[in-house]
Amino acid sequence: MEWLQQIINGISLGSIYALIALGYTMVYGIIKLINFAHGEVFMIGAFTGFVAIVHFELSFVPALIIAMFTCSVVGVLIERIAYKRLRESTRIAALITAIGMSLFIQYLFIYFRGAEPEAYPQDVLPERTLDIFGVKVSMQALLILFISIVLMILLQFIVQKTKIGRAMRAVSYDKDAARLMGINVDNTISATFAIGSALAGAAGVIFGIYYTKIDPLMGLIPGLKAFVAAVLGGIGIIPGAMVGGFILGIVETLVSAAGFSLFRDAAAFIILILILLFRPAGIFGKNTKEKV
Amino acid sequence: MLKVNDIDVYYGHIHALKGVSLNVEEGEIVTLIGANGAGKTTLLNTLSGLLRPKNGTIEYMGKSIVGLPAQQIVRDGIIHVPEGRRVFAEMTVEENLLLGAFLRKDSQQVKKDLEKVYEIFPRLEERKKQQSGTLSGGEQQMLAIGRALMSKPKLLLLDEPSMGLAPILVQTIFEIIQEINNDGTTVLLVEQNAHMALSIADRGYVIETGKVVISGTSKELQESELVREAYLGGA
Ligand SMILES: Nc1ncnc2c1ncn2[C@@H]1O[C@H](COP(=O)(O)OP(=O)(O)OP(=O)(O)O)[C@@H](O)[C@H]1O
Ligand SMILES: [Mg+2]
Repeated sequence: MEWLQQIINGISLGSIYALIALGYTMVYGIIKLINFAHGEVFMIGAFTGFVAIVHFELSFVPALIIAMFTCSVVGVLIERIAYKRLRESTRIAALITAIGMSLFIQYLFIYFRGAEPEAYPQDVLPERTLDIFGVKVSMQALLILFISIVLMILLQFIVQKTKIGRAMRAVSYDKDAARLMGINVDNTISATFAIGSALAGAAGVIFGIYYTKIDPLMGLIPGLKAFVAAVLGGIGIIPGAMVGGFILGIVETLVSAAGFSLFRDAAAFIILILILLFRPAGIFGKNTKEKV
Repeated sequence: MLKVNDIDVYYGHIHALKGVSLNVEEGEIVTLIGANGAGKTTLLNTLSGLLRPKNGTIEYMGKSIVGLPAQQIVRDGIIHVPEGRRVFAEMTVEENLLLGAFLRKDSQQVKKDLEKVYEIFPRLEERKKQQSGTLSGGEQQMLAIGRALMSKPKLLLLDEPSMGLAPILVQTIFEIIQEINNDGTTVLLVEQNAHMALSIADRGYVIETGKVVISGTSKELQESELVREAYLGGA
């Protein structure tokens, strides 16, 4: 029963990784860029949620929506300011810019508000422990899981069934052919950043509630781990990011439950190395499918 | 309907189109014939706004379209079926067709047009839930043309629709192009298969290394020495 509880905790942690990983994978899918500033969008989401809850005394759902909205604006700005002009340049130039953007946001934040951490209030979500057939489950963990799954279903719906989703897929397969359909490629890329960043914003608020402590550099480690999750699932593949996130969360939780909590963070990177060695395309990736 | 006047198009330092002029009147089928690398695709890409000419003018229905974004040109009714079909391989046949109607707001009419496309290409209806990448080359060409019809073309640009198809299928595709034209769509047809192209076109242009070398009615071209030797197998 102990293990079952740990797995449920792992799934909720994994849902946070999954939400962040979705943004990495969507952006990669459409412009083939690893947006290293994505972890900072997550951080901005956490702080926006904090301000909404503590200073404006809003409840969880409105705070979540405000954080998601703010992050989508930030994501679009990052793309328009830093990445757009690099679309035709080399991958390495774009990658270095993304890392630069990440550091820029971190230190801009520290410059204006200082580096000291902030503590989320404890009572945003009901903190109770449920007893389901002898398994003790934290209500928070369940709510977090529930919210993440709602957001993921919403995302799947947008991507698969709506016009903007169809445009996003078309642009990610073939930009010029998409243009010939009358699709505005720039706007579609912006929409992708907006949606991916909104999910990271949601993850930021959820993270704050779950772990209570937030700070300007908090995006780094969860960002890297979500990146690992995206690679694990197959970068560019949306269901891959979800599955990768859940697997990573479960593995981490089990590793620390087994008494190796010092190796918790290492687990993610060991997974990354293994996946790059043995299945670089990820779980869902088809092995080297080249465009003709 | 379309007046291209003295355009130059470059890829970096490569001068791909050198002062090309051509015009297409409403209701016509005009063909553009030329060997590999002559600049045919470059011309179509310029017309649909994927490339920009350095000099020269392009007028469509009385107004300049140079520098307009591709989506505006699509909205104006110039629809381009690109070389190599370029269907969205990982999307279904029906999703591809709906992408053709991306800019349209008249969803009732879109539904009717979808039925019409399925009538023209029954194969596509049978395969509407299939991933487009798994279609045969001929079916993909039908899909690419069907997708263009979903955009309500006034001027349809076709880039080598016969490429890689068996002769019987080429025949079918050309008959369909003629039908589309009979229904009131103007067609600019790029082809290497000069024989077939001239058999359905009203007029034609021959392009060699970025320059128009000869133009005229299909009949004139079929009879011209140059065209017979270089493009109709010398017969
Ligand atoms: N993206 C590009 N970058 C550089 N040069 C290009 C590019 N695309 C085409 N060219 C060059 O421009 C010239 C015209 O090419 P284009 O594709 O228009 O020829 P085409 O007539 O369509 O030939 P084909 O019948 O083989 O399709 C060629 O010399 C080609 O090498
Ligand atoms: Mg060509």
